[in-house]
Amino acid sequence: MSKFKIFTKGFFAENAVFVMLLGLCPTLGTTTSAINGLGMGLATTFVLVMSNAVVSLVKRQIPDQVRIPSFIVIIASFVTIVELLMQAYVPELYDVLGIFIPLIVVNCIILGRAEAFASKNNVFDSILDGLGMGLGFAMALTILGSVREILGSGSIFNITIYKGDGALVFVLAPGAFIVLGYLIALINRLTKKA
Amino acid sequence: MEYILLIISAIFVNNVILSRFLGLCPFFGVSKQVGTAAGMGGAVVFVMTIATIVTYLLQKYILVSFHIEYMQTITFILVIAALVQLVEIILKKVSPSLYQALGIYLPLITTNCAVLGIAILAVGTDGFGLIKSTLFAASSAMGFALALVIFAGLREHLDLADVPKGMKGVPIAFITAGLLALAFMGFSGIA
Amino acid sequence: MAKQRESTFVNMVVVLFIVSAIAATALAFVYKATKEPIAKSKLEKKKKAIKNVVNDFDNNPIEEMFKIPVEGGDSVECYPAKKDGKIVGYAIKTFSKKGFGGLITLMIGFDPDGHIHKTAVLEQHETPGLGDKMQRNKSTFSNQFDNMDVPDIPDKDHDGIIIEVTKDNGTVDAITAATISSRAFCDAAERAYNAFKKIKK
Repeated sequence: MSKFKIFTKGFFAENAVFVMLLGLCPTLGTTTSAINGLGMGLATTFVLVMSNAVVSLVKRQIPDQVRIPSFIVIIASFVTIVELLMQAYVPELYDVLGIFIPLIVVNCIILGRAEAFASKNNVFDSILDGLGMGLGFAMALTILGSVREILGSGSIFNITIYKGDGALVFVLAPGAFIVLGYLIALINRLTKKA
Repeated sequence: MEYILLIISAIFVNNVILSRFLGLCPFFGVSKQVGTAAGMGGAVVFVMTIATIVTYLLQKYILVSFHIEYMQTITFILVIAALVQLVEIILKKVSPSLYQALGIYLPLITTNCAVLGIAILAVGTDGFGLIKSTLFAASSAMGFALALVIFAGLREHLDLADVPKGMKGVPIAFITAGLLALAFMGFSGIA
Repeated sequence: MAKQRESTFVNMVVVLFIVSAIAATALAFVYKATKEPIAKSKLEKKKKAIKNVVNDFDNNPIEEMFKIPVEGGDSVECYPAKKDGKIVGYAIKTFSKKGFGGLITLMIGFDPDGHIHKTAVLEQHETPGLGDKMQRNKSTFSNQFDNMDVPDIPDKDHDGIIIEVTKDNGTVDAITAATISSRAFCDAAERAYNAFKKIKK
């Protein structure tokens, strides 16, 4: 696989949210607005890149049977680091994302990439893979957040597009499911089947 | 009264899946048949309750007393992972019939973010003692099981329905979940 | 290339121990490094909130903070604002446990005569799009409290509570579809006012 392909597959062919359906909890829980989706996506990207890099560096030193616990410890450390950094430097975003920050630990994307990619490939490729997957995830969250913000609050990135209340349901829980359903249908239609 | 309100709010009003967005992976993964959904639901009730009791004690007597609250994420996830293994081993020895019913779902629970999420929420909420935390975890898990079983029932019928081509499979499942969440919002007046 | 380490018992224990030890050390280091900025950003937030809710002052209200006990064994924090040594207002950090998403913390500023000067939301976990409209930049709900003359509000249902939403015989118009959040806001404001009355005594 070319370096370029390793990087770009996370955006379309293997997009974590739209194609693989991984990491759904933060996807739906934090995308009430475009900026929240982007913030969550970038935090996840950071953890993904760092954990992929470290896992790939130490992969030969870790016996097979304790592989998963070791990966979890590595991931949990980076999540805590992100949590502390966000609390210190972007407290507003930290307040909004709330419980979903520690929950990056159980985001299946991260353990999935560590297991499926980083434990088999070299450091540089692993970082590329993490970056591509992470940014693809961030892109999906931003799109979902934008759609919900436009429909629900009539604005995007806090810039007002139209006045009025908007269809509130899109900011609330049911709207998250419905928007994602239609987005996946649209992407299925554009890419392959149907 | 306070306890009843807590239970109702955790099961219906703030349903883990449909309102808190926790545990979505198993929600879409094991909801194709009512039988498997019920099995998964049972396993989650079991593990979530025990996990919350253990993490609560851990938080109170170890993390807080040594001032290392920032180690919360890392210790909780390790405890939950170890706990799931332990439950599996004990269940196999003590109650083989229960193990038969829940066994295959147990390993999947480690990556169920609802377990970690509820544990963090329980220790993070002001005024939650051990009893309230346990009750909160148990009823949240029951809410999880309830939503999962209802959703599985809907999906079984969905297989027979004539769905437009592009919407088949995952997209229509999401939209169904959205409508279910809308129905659950009707409970918000209760609490 | 080095070979994969084998899964012997000793290897597993040693590796897991080393991994955990490195992780714990790294975390302790980051924790130390971010402790100061976290404390600072929290303090900044509080300072900003106080500045927003009371008249201009030239003292340091955070240093002069004192606690006032309220019902239920809790207490609220009171920050006196002074100019040239004279009291120009009190910022009271109050709370309500009746929020839809749990605890709500507000900063409420009082003029010395009992008017509410302004309010600010410090912490809330209300539903985005509904209850979170209690924040100033999201709707006009909290404007109702600006310059609110609390002592002059009649207690229509004589239950001792003055600041209430119209549904409960009060004067505050609730946020559409978020009565619970609006009630919690009023509850916090009422608690702050009761604490304020204790200062004036």
